[in-house]
Amino acid sequence: MVAVVAGALVASPAAALTYAGRVREQVLPNGLKLLLLEEHKAPVAVFQVWYRVGLRNETLGRTGLSHLLEHMMFKGTEKVGPEEYSKIIQRNGGNTNAFTTQDYTTYFATMASDRIGVVNELEADRMAHLQFQEDLFAPERQVVMEERRLRTDDSPVAALFEAISAAAYTAHPYGWPVIGWMEDIRQSRLADLKEYFQQYYTPNNAVVIVAGDFDTAQLAAAIEKAFGAIAAGSPPPPVRAVEPPQQGERRVTVRREAQLPFVGLAYHVPNLHQPDAAAIEVLAGVLAGGKSARLYRELVYRRRLAREANGSYEYTSKDPGTFTLYAQPLPGKTPAELERALLAEIKKLQSKPPSEREVEKAKNGIEAGFVFAQDSLFYQALLLGQYEIAGDWRLIDQYLPRVRAVSAEDVRRVAATYLIADNLTAGVLDPLPPQPGKRMAPAPAPHGMVH
Amino acid sequence: MRWTMGLGLVALLGLGIGAARAGTPAATYSTLGNGVTLIVSEQRSVPAVMVQVTLDAGARRDPAGKEGVAHLAAELLTEGTARRSASEISDAIDFLGASLESAADADMVTVSLAVLRKDLDAGLDLLADVLLHPAFAEAELTRRREAVLAGIRAQEDQPGAVAGKAFQRALFGSEPYGHPDEGTLHSVPKITRADVVAFYRRHYRPRQALVTAVGDVATAEIQAKLEAVLGSWDGGPAAAFDYPAPQPVATSPVLIDKPLTQANIILGHRGVARDNPDYYALTVMNYILGGGGFSSRLLDNIRTRSGLAYSVGSMFSVNKAAGSFQVVMQTKNASAHDAIARAREEIDRIRREPVTDDEITEAKLYLTGSFPLRLDSNRKITGFLSQVEFYGLGRDYAETYPQRINAVTKEEVLRVAQLYLKPEQLLLVVVGNLSEISLSSAAQAP
Repeated sequence: MVAVVAGALVASPAAALTYAGRVREQVLPNGLKLLLLEEHKAPVAVFQVWYRVGLRNETLGRTGLSHLLEHMMFKGTEKVGPEEYSKIIQRNGGNTNAFTTQDYTTYFATMASDRIGVVNELEADRMAHLQFQEDLFAPERQVVMEERRLRTDDSPVAALFEAISAAAYTAHPYGWPVIGWMEDIRQSRLADLKEYFQQYYTPNNAVVIVAGDFDTAQLAAAIEKAFGAIAAGSPPPPVRAVEPPQQGERRVTVRREAQLPFVGLAYHVPNLHQPDAAAIEVLAGVLAGGKSARLYRELVYRRRLAREANGSYEYTSKDPGTFTLYAQPLPGKTPAELERALLAEIKKLQSKPPSEREVEKAKNGIEAGFVFAQDSLFYQALLLGQYEIAGDWRLIDQYLPRVRAVSAEDVRRVAATYLIADNLTAGVLDPLPPQPGKRMAPAPAPHGMVH
Repeated sequence: MRWTMGLGLVALLGLGIGAARAGTPAATYSTLGNGVTLIVSEQRSVPAVMVQVTLDAGARRDPAGKEGVAHLAAELLTEGTARRSASEISDAIDFLGASLESAADADMVTVSLAVLRKDLDAGLDLLADVLLHPAFAEAELTRRREAVLAGIRAQEDQPGAVAGKAFQRALFGSEPYGHPDEGTLHSVPKITRADVVAFYRRHYRPRQALVTAVGDVATAEIQAKLEAVLGSWDGGPAAAFDYPAPQPVATSPVLIDKPLTQANIILGHRGVARDNPDYYALTVMNYILGGGGFSSRLLDNIRTRSGLAYSVGSMFSVNKAAGSFQVVMQTKNASAHDAIARAREEIDRIRREPVTDDEITEAKLYLTGSFPLRLDSNRKITGFLSQVEFYGLGRDYAETYPQRINAVTKEEVLRVAQLYLKPEQLLLVVVGNLSEISLSSAAQAP
């Protein structure tokens, strides 16, 4: 073995990075929650507003509403003109954007900390006074349709992942795309958005998170001044959908023009609300945590089946999600070979626990990743928001202790419990060959190659 | 998976360097005995250290017919050394939870280490080993070559990448910037181990190397450690490189038919080099035209007012030698003509009449005021210090940049728009479903 591994894990560098004690939590009388993380390493702050609404709150025929409303939030208020929000932030030297996921919708601005009051005022203004104008909505709906074409419709791999999700869930909204089905976007109406805004964009359904270079007491007072007068709304309806246990393997195929096939395997698994989640996180590390992990070493490096082999698991989802393994074959290899190889790796882990060293390596990777992430203010705020939406931001501090407590046998056990055929949705991108003779007027190829 | 609203393309003009309050991060500069330039910045906020080695050994130095060799050489550094196999390296790095990555772009090679403070010695030992003693084993070359070729094929399923490569090839032809960094399906199979070794020996020289270290370590301590692990790196002076004189290129449209719902469009021409004195005026001009997200004219016209595209923006890609100017956008096939016409209209307008007082003020406020955001993490500080040095921008760059931006006038914006935007030379690349696209006049220069 290599000499450099000796002496690793002497002390835990992450121990000093707990969040309890560093974060001030406050709830305003109207229900708005504030989480403030003061840190003075650079004269910068990130200001985020989190709304507890995302895909999981949507209904069939109206998918994509959360994301569409995210776009409309930049269309102005009585005081601020359309797209002025972004321009004001930029004029103040800041960057701003927003994103929508299965569980939440988040708005953020990062700027020099002496300007952070600007975003505070703007966010409060649009939570209270967003305007809904038909002439601004119509082009924005087209923009979102273009976004869907760009991200999903013209990407064979993205289309495959959309199909896998749609098959893996039968009762829960997680099966639908966050951006929405194209026809749902096309048929969306301004009235839907207005209603949705009134239902979900209330102070009692929102969290303001600020991280960076500020004085906590001063900032808390400024936020209370800006947001305090906004009336609380009625609590949003609870999400009642629960995905029933899967009873047998499901399989989807996407057939379309593409260069290379792709394989994805999705298994329903618990999230942080269940004790097994930490073991699944370590399992993900053993299988897919770097070039020395099993999938890369076996499928990419040793057997030369795949150009890429990886895994993905979201520990902090609000409702239980999936653990997904995926791989793209090298030319000449088939999706069936790759699927067999992925299943063989799972089977190995089910019959024999990983070595102590593998488990240690996966844990070290998780811990170091957590430390490196503290280099970014944005990421620290993101972490607070994700845990808060999933349940409670204080759960962050349980993450590494839970991971450290996982044993090799735990990893074997969760592999044997969840990564089973009856719980599997397998998806294959089956490429159709390009139509011959469709390339027109190519540029002169300097060395005679075909692009 | 998450969906962002997106600001379109951010201005690539510049190294992403603004400037104002924060100023240059405190750094020390020194030279090792073998000529390596060392830049160290002590930053104690996180118990970790970032180290980046920067070399002028990018894809522009690929020999003709061996396009992709710089990229392969960089990638193979971490795939085995005289002492360690590829598996031993990845196992050691993963066990530390560290990352060690090497990559080449058109101009530069970077080898980057991110390691916890407590594992610094082990990390530096690995970094030095892969940099100084790569084995370039035949079996590893075969693997990487196979992976690169598969990657080139996989890019064919990414319409933006197809358009970008077609644009680059049509604009620069057989010049060094005319080929993709990773090479082509034609060139990569021809690259031998001897090619890679020769490239490495010629270009990986200590006297042209920069090493930047940022993080939780005392300056003197990291200097001593780096001198110890890199001191044996020997070699003569770095090979000079002269970019050849630009060749005339065709401007006839490049149209690539694929069964897509969107037309992926690039409209552009040759640009400027990083050392062009008009760089700062161009930065301001491009922010107003298409680099400034929602503050830009292209985004306002093509996204906000007409809903034609999700993402639209313009950029000057600046390199050691002259790069390109590009407008990049995607729109449903049927509206390609309309979107291209609007882009041309905005390029013409900014050449015809001065920008407004508000526009130039806003551009300057953003470009100077966003400086602290470019230095708010150790990772970003590492990249900043390395690029300032690599491009020779002056070690007081964070102070001089706002002065240069603030000195730009409306007259200068108009002058550089007229000088560097060339409507008659715009090359159009469209990847999309050509049967749904009508380009009759949009494809022609006005």
